[in-house]
This record gives sequence, structure tokens and C-alpha cells, in this order.
Amino acid sequence: MGRMITFAGALAAGAIAIGLPTQSALAQGKTLTLCWAAWDPANALVELSKDFTAKTNIQMKYEFVPWTNYADRFLNELNSKGKLCDVIIGDSQWIGGAAENGHYVKLNEFFDKEGIKMDDFMPATVLGYAEWPKHTPNYWALPAMGDAVGWTYRKDWFSRPELQAEFKKKYGRDLAPPATWTELKQVGEFFQGRDIDGKKVYGAYIFTERGSEGITMGVTNALYDWGFQYDNPKKPYQMDGFVNSPDAVAGLEFYKSVYKCCTPPGMTNAYMQEGLDAFKSGQVAMMMNWFAFFPGLYKDPNVGGDKIGFFINPGEKQHATQLGGQGISVVSYSDHKEDALQYIKWFAQPDVQKHWWALGGYSCHKAVLNDPSFPTSAPFAKDFLKSMEMVVDFWAEPSYAELLLDMQKRVHDYVVADKGTAKEALDLLVKDWEKVFKEEGKI
Amino acid sequence: MTDTSGPVVIRDRAGAVPAPPVARVIRGLSDRAIAWLFIAPTILLLLAINVFPLIWTIRLSFTNYRANKPNVPLRWLGLENYTSILADPDVWQAMQATAHFVIWTILLEVLFGFGLALLIDKKFRGHSFWTTVILLPMMLSPAVVGTFWTFLFQPQIGLFNYVVAFLTGIDPSSFQMIGDVPLAPWAIVLVDTWMWTPYVMLICLAGLRSIPNYIYEAAEVDRASKWRQFWSITLPMVLPFLMLAVLFRGIENFKMFDMVNLLTSGGPGSTTELASITLKREAFEKWRTGYSSAFAIILFVTVFGAANIYVKALNKVKQR
Amino acid sequence: MSGRTGAHSVVEPSPLTRRIAGALVICYALIAIVPLLWIFVTGFKTPPDSIAYPPKMMFTPSLEGYVNLFTTRSRQSPEYMASLPPAETWYDRLARSRNMVIAGPSKYGQRFVNSLVVAFGSTILAVSLGTLTAYAFSRFRVPLADDLMFFILSTRMMPPIAVAIPIYLMYRSLGLSDTWLGMILLYTAVNVSLAVWLMKGFIDEIPREYEEAALIDGYTRLQAFYKVVLPQAATGIAATAIFCLIFAWNEYAFAALLTSGNAQTAPPFIPTIIGEGGLDWPAVAAGASLFLLPIVVFTVILRKHLLRGITFGAVRK
Repeated sequence: MGRMITFAGALAAGAIAIGLPTQSALAQGKTLTLCWAAWDPANALVELSKDFTAKTNIQMKYEFVPWTNYADRFLNELNSKGKLCDVIIGDSQWIGGAAENGHYVKLNEFFDKEGIKMDDFMPATVLGYAEWPKHTPNYWALPAMGDAVGWTYRKDWFSRPELQAEFKKKYGRDLAPPATWTELKQVGEFFQGRDIDGKKVYGAYIFTERGSEGITMGVTNALYDWGFQYDNPKKPYQMDGFVNSPDAVAGLEFYKSVYKCCTPPGMTNAYMQEGLDAFKSGQVAMMMNWFAFFPGLYKDPNVGGDKIGFFINPGEKQHATQLGGQGISVVSYSDHKEDALQYIKWFAQPDVQKHWWALGGYSCHKAVLNDPSFPTSAPFAKDFLKSMEMVVDFWAEPSYAELLLDMQKRVHDYVVADKGTAKEALDLLVKDWEKVFKEEGKI
Repeated sequence: MTDTSGPVVIRDRAGAVPAPPVARVIRGLSDRAIAWLFIAPTILLLLAINVFPLIWTIRLSFTNYRANKPNVPLRWLGLENYTSILADPDVWQAMQATAHFVIWTILLEVLFGFGLALLIDKKFRGHSFWTTVILLPMMLSPAVVGTFWTFLFQPQIGLFNYVVAFLTGIDPSSFQMIGDVPLAPWAIVLVDTWMWTPYVMLICLAGLRSIPNYIYEAAEVDRASKWRQFWSITLPMVLPFLMLAVLFRGIENFKMFDMVNLLTSGGPGSTTELASITLKREAFEKWRTGYSSAFAIILFVTVFGAANIYVKALNKVKQR
Repeated sequence: MSGRTGAHSVVEPSPLTRRIAGALVICYALIAIVPLLWIFVTGFKTPPDSIAYPPKMMFTPSLEGYVNLFTTRSRQSPEYMASLPPAETWYDRLARSRNMVIAGPSKYGQRFVNSLVVAFGSTILAVSLGTLTAYAFSRFRVPLADDLMFFILSTRMMPPIAVAIPIYLMYRSLGLSDTWLGMILLYTAVNVSLAVWLMKGFIDEIPREYEEAALIDGYTRLQAFYKVVLPQAATGIAATAIFCLIFAWNEYAFAALLTSGNAQTAPPFIPTIIGEGGLDWPAVAAGASLFLLPIVVFTVILRKHLLRGITFGAVRK
């Protein structure tokens, strides 16, 4: 009988273990879980939130996920009505789906009650991170982290007299941060394969990631500049002739030519993190990346300080840049919604916002951005303001994930896998997108 | 081969169990009660987590349901999902990529696996230790394998390119195993072969060990050459095992998702986008639940049909 | 395994054949083991050494990867670092040498525990259920036995993707998403068919006379089952457990889909260990090495049973 008892005992022990909650902190005091991406600004937010815990005695827990898994993981979490996140800093394009499917708590009443005014925030961020439907006063998030695509370059390399002279001889202008994509390509070609301090370096790093959103967030910076539009400004969702206009085709071709001429080997599936590695290890002269990383880069022991410079996305026929950034929202499935609102109330205070910027987070609050000292507060601050005035966002429709995955496929097929022509890629994209909107009943 | 009763032939034996003597079923639970008590939990679990979901999938596959938009009214689409999948050139491309992957991994794994098993069966000194060493790759998590091989395949810092460059003299940054369109389909074949050859080897080894020695002894007496012995004894007797290995690997690789997704994300472009990766994207990134249910059913029917035909062939081989 | 005993001098390979076979196998093993060794070695590199070009063969070993695996750290300015009291532990010192301060433990420990609970929990459950069911099929006349056994097998053929969608929906409405129980049930269901088939092969081999003798001695069926059959089937149980465990321990797709912050196992977690830039390779390698360890130990201990298990118990003595 002994054996049987052991057996039963083991089963019972297993059952008890299963029944125990895995979070041991539940018993003591209040806890909030904040979900975001794992990156520099998240570390800054952890630092910032110590003040919140000190004031309210609410403990903070964090769930940070790398960017390449971020959308996948948290949209899954929201769609399965998970209670993991109380507060979520969700990507700008999620807002449509999150609002229509009830993942986020609507914040209008709360804002009114607490006297939080959206007028206090930069208009582009309110439009991008908080509103759904766009251009209506329905708020689902508080703008938390402004962001756009920008560029860094190796100032120390650019300022070498021998390189300066060589460049001037070749192109008839100074070796300086490029103002147009054409110039950017020339600078890239100039550095590509060059020997600097006994090391082979490459021209530029650009986004090429396939799995999540990488290559789309990169290629749009060129597309917008050539005149790509998501749809007819006069007739919503009419995409033929706008998405695949001759200008858009030219922009896509140009992005590919930069990919072919000037990027380091192996960058076939690279996003922000690979870019940082390439730049920090001294592999590339210029790097496309999100402003969010610039405070960290500026502090970097190898490439920071005097060695690094920043510039805004170059123009071409037009001048625009891809919007990034996120708003902070309360998850409607959370058991701690009141505490979560407390957190947002605390976060919206001008003082906290100032501290946020000081720690390396891009505040969207006018108290920070309109401060006369802001442009000089960091070497990239002025560029950030300029960029935020010309941002364009990807679709923020409830079907954004489908639209994004279609674009990932078509663009990666053309740029990296050499499949078809730019025109064919964009024609197919129009078809894909029309199918999505048709299924949704919007066209 | 009277002593091998794999999953296929055991069926015939299951019913042949003699009934227990009735006299002994007096105390405790009756045999019948025990039988059902022992069987029911397994069947219930399988019904709940396999059969019920499968039926649900079939139902969903005729609708426009989307798991991320529960508020959208459910529409009955009939066979629309199925026809649009079968008419989609991208789906066929994924199927082609899958076929390439399945065929080549099976071929290479059988070749290496069977070869290794033959060699190990020679029972050289230390064969037990080295067998265990060879088994190690298949104990890794596919997630670890997929992630770490991206590191090994890095053109500059990766060990793989470095070794190839060292051996051939070409520039290590001149080729990108997971980034070049011609190379990527082979990169995933290479990694899968590395990981699963040990598995095929183990099955073949089991087959080799099941051959009674007296058959070889008889062959020796008949002065059959080693070559003849291989073709007329070893191969035919190992064949059922080999075919079993092909079945297992075929099913597994047809539904391959994790390792390849982490290694290439289906790229460059859609070069290595296997059917399961497409399915995962449709189901859990685009959230086209109804559509992807239909796709899942198509894949399931394909695997199930192919496996059934194959098992019939296998049974024929076994009966010989 | 008739080769093991008896006179079989006629078919013994010659020493030369053996040596050549040995050399070839060792060659393969050495090549195949390189990527694994590289994972193991990378775990003891510093992050800069791990991404050096060309790859570094010689380096000063460091525990930084393991420290990074188990902690979260934040970068601080040199002034701030100077203002801190001296580091108390070796890992604090290691972090501070990179201008970092250890902010707290990472989630790896918790994920590892989840893996242990889910993998061993489901293995125990699958093997238990499998053994009971196999015993019933082996010893009793069950109506429709053939069909039931075939049904159990056919669930093994079903690709998990075919059922992933409704399982996701089902777990969502039952609240089983992201729980230990949900994952244990799921892995048990995947493994139980294998367990039934393997165990049936083993139990069929145990002579029925043993039990009958026990019944005559006054044991009930249940007593006979656990006093006579179970000890005899120990070998089979071990082999079955290895296979169930390897699957449950390493499974990625379902875990990535159905778990999140609470019950997430290590496989979906390891590929997301990032440093300041991209993946923190030494930490990823350290995590992968530690994760491989239990399964290797388990397999080495039970390796004699592996051969039998892998072919659904197809090999008979």
C-alpha cells in the first residue's frame, strides 16, 4: 500500500502546487503592473516611477518585452482579455483596435474630473497616441512617449580633414549630415567599405526587419519623402494611384538602392537593436533609428559624447518622417483600474513630465517642450521638435496588424529578396489593403 | 519480424486478450469498472483538448469570425475561406517552401542517421558515450536552436561563416546564410538536419538491434558476402523502422514552426515562410480566425491523408 | 537485443572495421557538437568578446553572462557610480565594472520554475494516465478496444496548429490562459497518446501469470496492479517519461501563444533576453546552457531505455 500512498501524495502535492497563485506579492499592499517594450526609456520609467511608489505606496511591477515580440505578445494579451497588465504603454497604431474592441478604458471623463487637458500636449502626439477616431475628442490614452525616426552619425569620422577633403573633391560639397536622401546615399557610398582606424566600416544602417514592423517603419521615411500617401485625401480608403503612385515607386526603389549600396553585410533582418549594435561597435557611419535611443547613445562610452551627431530624416520631394511613440492607457480587464488611473494622473503632472525628460523619456507635455531651454537641453532636442512637426503615422485602423503584415511582406519581398519590381510590390500592396478594407466593409 | 509490433500492427493484437477468469472479480472493484476508470480520464482529456477543438475549428472555418473583434456579427461563408486559400498564390508558395524543407530534411536525416546507426552498431570502444554525445542536439529547445543559429550565421561575427571562410578561403561577409535568397532555404534544412539526425539514428539503431544474430550466422554459413548481407538482411529488416522515422520526421517537419520562425522569420521576403508560419501570422497576428481555421483544416487533412497512405505502405512492408 | 549475449563470434566486426566506424562516428560527433560547445562557451564570454570579429577562440572567462541572465541592471553615470558605497558582492563588482548597477533579479528564475512545474507536472500526469489506460487495454476486454486505441494514436498525428485556434479561444473563456494548470493539461493531452502506446507495449510483455498468482493469493485487482505490474513496468515508465519530458520541456509554440507574465516557460523567454542593444548573447547562451542541463542529466541517467521508447515500444527483447 505504501507505494500507492506515495503516488497519491505526489498527485495531491501537485494539485496543491497548481492551485497556489504564482504571484506572491498579492498579499502585501497594492501592486500595479506596467507593460511596455524593453528598451532604454523603459529603464528610465522604472527610475521615474519610484516617485509614484513613494507618494502612493503602490508597488510597481513591470513586464517589458523586446520590440520584435512586443506587438505580438501584448496584442495577444489584450485579445485574450488578460489581466497581466494594469497600465499599458501601447503602440500608436493599436489605438483603433484597442478602442473599438474595448481593450482600453476611455479616459475623457477621467481627464475632465482631474483637470487633465489634451491642449497641454503637443498636437501631433494627441492625434497620434490618444485619439480614436482620429480628429475627434475621444481619448483612450495619455501621450506618454514622443518618438519619431531620426538619424545619428559619427561626427568624429565626418570631421576628419582628409575625409573632408576627399569628399569635397568627389562631390563638390562639404562632408556633412545629409539634407536629402540623394545626399545620404552619396555619403553612404563614400563610407562603404572604407578603412577607418584599421577597421572596415560601412555607410549606413537602415531598418530591414521582416517579422514585426521593422522594414515598414524604415521604408516609409523614404516613401513619404517621394510623395507616397496612404489614401486619397479627398476620398478615404481610395489607395490606387496614391500608394502605388510613380513617386511612391521611385521612393521604394531608392530605399532599396540604399540597402544595396551602403549597408553592412548580414543586415537582412535587422531592426533597432541590430542597428544599435552596429553603430556602437563602430561598424557604420550613419544609423537610422528612433529618437528614443538617442539619450542612451549620447551617454555611450564608445560612440557617445563628441563622437556622435544627430540629424532629422532627410527630405527629397517632400519632407516627412515616420511617427513612433506611444500613449499610456488603462487596460479595461485590469482588477486595479482605480490605481492605474492614479498612476496616469501622477504621470501627467508637469513636474513629473520634466523629470521624465531629464531621465531620457520624451515627454509630450507642452510644459516641457515649449520651455525656452528645451532645444538646448540635449543635442538632439531641437531635431526632435522639428521631426515631431512633420510626422506621419502608419494606419491606426483596427485592422492595422493586417495592413502592416501585408506591407512587411511586399516590401521585404522586393527590397531584400529581390522579388519583382517596386511597381509590382506596391500594386500587390494596394490589392492586399483593398481586400482588408473590403472585408471590414469600409470600401 | 514477428517480434515487432509498432503502432500499426498492435491494432490487430489489442482485441486478442483473453477474458479474465470471472471468479476472481469478487472483491474490490469489478474488472469492468476498473477498465473504465483507467481509460476514461485519458479519453476525456483527449476529447476535451483534441477532438472538441478540432470540431470547433471545422465550424469556425466556414465563418468570418475574428478572435480580436468579437463584436463583428458572425457571417456564414460556406466554402469561401477554402476557395480563397486554394486560389492564393502566396499559399502555394508557402506549400512549396514547406515541401522543399520536408523532402530535403528527410533525405539528409535518413542518409546521415542510417549511416551513423550502421557505424555505431559496429560497437567500437566508447560507442555508448559517443552515441549520447550525438543525441545532444535533439534535446535542445527549438527556440534555443533557432535563436542561436542566427548568431552562428552572422556574416561577420558568426562562427559558421568564419569556419566556411577558413576552409574555403572566401570572404566570410560575402554570403549570408539566412539573408540570401538562394541560401536561406538550405540554411533551415541544414539546422534541422543537425538537430534531428540523431533521432533518425536512434530509430535505425533500434531496428538494427532488433535483427537476431542467427540470421547473419546463417548467412555466414551460406558464405553470403557482407554486401549481400546488407542488401538482403540488414536493409529489408531495418526498412520498417526507417519508414517509421520518415513518418515521424515528415509529420513534425510539415508542421514546423518554432525553429524556422526564430531563425529567419520566414525571410528573406517570403523565401522560408513555411505553411505553419503563414498560418500563425494569419491566425494570431492578423487574427483572421475563420480564414486561418480553414487553412488549419487544409493542412490537417493533407498531413492526415498523406500519413494514412504512408502507413498503409508501411504495413505492406512490414508484412513482407 | 540478441547481440548482447550468446556466441556470435561469426558476425563480430573485425577490429579494423570497428576502428574505422569509431573514427567516423567520432568525427561526426565532434562536428555536431561544435555549435553546442559554442553556446556553452559563449555563456562565459563578456558581451564585447561574444560579438568580436573574427570570432574569439581564446578569451578570459567571465561570469557576466550568468550575472546578466539573473539580474536586471541600469546604466549610470560615472559620477553616480563614484558616489556609491563599495560593492558588497562579486556580482555587484562585475556589474559596476561596466558602469551598471544591479536593479533587481531578472525573470529567468521564475520562468525556469514555471518550466519545471509545467514539464514535470505534465510528464507525471501523462505517464500516470498512460500507464492506467495501457493497463486496462492490455488486461481487460474493452469494447471497441481497437477503435479506441487507434483514436488515441490519431490524436498524435494531429498537427497542434489545427487545434491551436480553438484551444486559444477555449482557454480564454475558461481563464486557463497563462496558468500552470492550463499548460499542464495541454502538454498532458499532447503526450498522453504516446504514453498509452509506449506503456501498452511494455505492459503486454509482463507475464499475466504474475498477477494471476497475486489474485489467487487474495490481492484485489488494484493491489495486483500496483504491487506486481507497476514495479515490473518501471523500465517502461522511465523510457516514456523521457520522451514526454523532452517534449514538454522544450515546447515553444503553445507556450508563446498561451502564456504571458505568470506561467510563461523558459523557451519563449530565452530568445527575448536583450542587453543594451540587441540580444545579450552571453546571457542567452547562459540561459540556454542551464536550460539544457536538467534534460541531459535526466537522459543520461535513463539513456538505456531511450532505444526502446523511440519506436513506440517496437523493439522487443
